[in-house]
Amino acid sequence: MTGDKTMTNAIALSGLRKDYGSFVLQDIDLELPAGQVMGLVGVNGAGKSTIFRILMGLVQPDAGQVQVCGYRLPQFQVEAKRQTGYASEDMRLYKGKWLRWHMDLVRAAFPGWDEPYAMQLLKRFDLKQDQPLGRFSHGQRVKALLLLSLARHPRLLLLDEPTTGLDPVARGEVLQAIAEVLRDEERSVLFSSHNTRDVEQLSDTIAFLHQGRLVAMKDKETFLDSWRRILCHGEWRDSIADLPEIASVRRNGSVIELRAREFHEGLLARLNQLGMRISSVDRMDLEEIFVTSIAAGGRQ
Amino acid sequence: MSEAGELYLSINDSTPMYGQIVEQVTAKILAGDWLPGQAIPSIRQLASASRVSVITVKRAYLELERAGIIVTRPGKGSFVAESLDLPRQLALKDFQAALRAMLEAAERLRMSPASILNEIEKEMLSRKAAGVTAHDRGQNDD
Repeated sequence: MTGDKTMTNAIALSGLRKDYGSFVLQDIDLELPAGQVMGLVGVNGAGKSTIFRILMGLVQPDAGQVQVCGYRLPQFQVEAKRQTGYASEDMRLYKGKWLRWHMDLVRAAFPGWDEPYAMQLLKRFDLKQDQPLGRFSHGQRVKALLLLSLARHPRLLLLDEPTTGLDPVARGEVLQAIAEVLRDEERSVLFSSHNTRDVEQLSDTIAFLHQGRLVAMKDKETFLDSWRRILCHGEWRDSIADLPEIASVRRNGSVIELRAREFHEGLLARLNQLGMRISSVDRMDLEEIFVTSIAAGGRQ
Repeated sequence: MSEAGELYLSINDSTPMYGQIVEQVTAKILAGDWLPGQAIPSIRQLASASRVSVITVKRAYLELERAGIIVTRPGKGSFVAESLDLPRQLALKDFQAALRAMLEAAERLRMSPASILNEIEKEMLSRKAAGVTAHDRGQNDD
C-alpha cells in the first residue's frame, strides 16, 4: 500500500516547483484536509491551472512532492485518479459523440457511477443526452464535464473554473451541486474561480495565488475577520501609512480610506491618537481583500 | 420545496454570513419552529442545504453555543437549549449590544459621561410623557 499517515489529507503538496521559463510556479506548500472545500483565487496566469494539471498527473513538477488522496504521484497515479474527479476547460470530449456516449464511457470505467444521480443532474443542468458534444455551448460543455465528474461520487473533486462563463441560472445550479458534496465528510473539493463570490460562499479555506506563489492560505472565517475598511477624517500624517496593519491608503482632502489587515480594536485607538476621527469600520469581501493584498505586494 | 434546515442567506447582506445564520437560527427558535431540546440540523446538513461553507456554519454554531441558545453533545449533534429563559436572555443580549453601540457613538461625539446620562434621562422622560414605557404597557418583566 501507499497511503501513509496523510490519508487524512485529500491533497498534500510540498516544495512544489514548475519552471516554464516565462512563468515559474514555486514554493507551493498546500494541504487540503479530507472533508473540506478549498478555493483557489488568482488572476489569469497566476498558476491555478498548473496546480490542477500537476494534481492530475498531466504535468510533472520539477521539484516537490505531490500526494492525492494519500497516493504519491507519479508512482500511484492510477490509484489517485480513480478517487478523483476533474473538470476543466482543457479536458477533451469527443465532439462527434453525444453526451450519453460519454456517460456510458465513464460508467464503464468507474464502478461508483450513480445513474439516478446522473439523471437528476442531467435534468437540473438542462442537458440533452442525445446531443453531440460538438453542438454544446460553452456553458453546456462545462455542465456536461461536471456531470461526468459528479455522478461518479469521487472522493476528491478538482474543479478548474467551474462557474466561469456560465449564465447566472446555470451558476446557481453548479454551486448547488457542489454544495451537495459538502454533506459527505469524506469528500473534498478544490476549486478555482475568477468569481471571488463563488469562492467566498463555499470555501472553508482560501488560497491566494499570485505570480506563481501562494501569497495567503487561511481558513475563510479568520481571513474575512482579519480585514477592515476604515473611513476616517483628519489631517494626514505619514506615520499612519507606517502602521503595520495598514495595507492601503486612499485620501482626498480630509477624507481618508484605510484598509487594514490583522485588524484589532487597538488600531482604532492608535488612529485616534494620530488625530483621525473614525466615521465607519466595515468588513471587506473577498474580492476587496484580494485586490488590496495583491496591490500591497501580497504581504499578509 | 424547501430543504430541511435550509436558511436563506445572502452575500449582499451587511451582516456576515455566520451572523445571518446566528440570527435565523435564533429567530426559528424564538418562533417555535425548533423547540427546546429538539435536535437541529448537523453542521454539514445546514451548510449543504444553505449552500455555505462548513466552517461558516461551525462558527455560527459556536456562537450560538456560547450564547446558550444551543448545546452540542459530542457524537450526538446539536440541540436547542432546554432553558426556558431564552427570550429574556436574547433580549438582554440585544440590550447589551445596543448599549455598546450607543456608547461607541457617544465616544465619537466625545460626550462626557454626565452628558450621556443626561441624554438618557431626557429620552426616558420624553417616552414617559408619551406613555410608551414598558411599565405602562403592563409588560411582564419579571
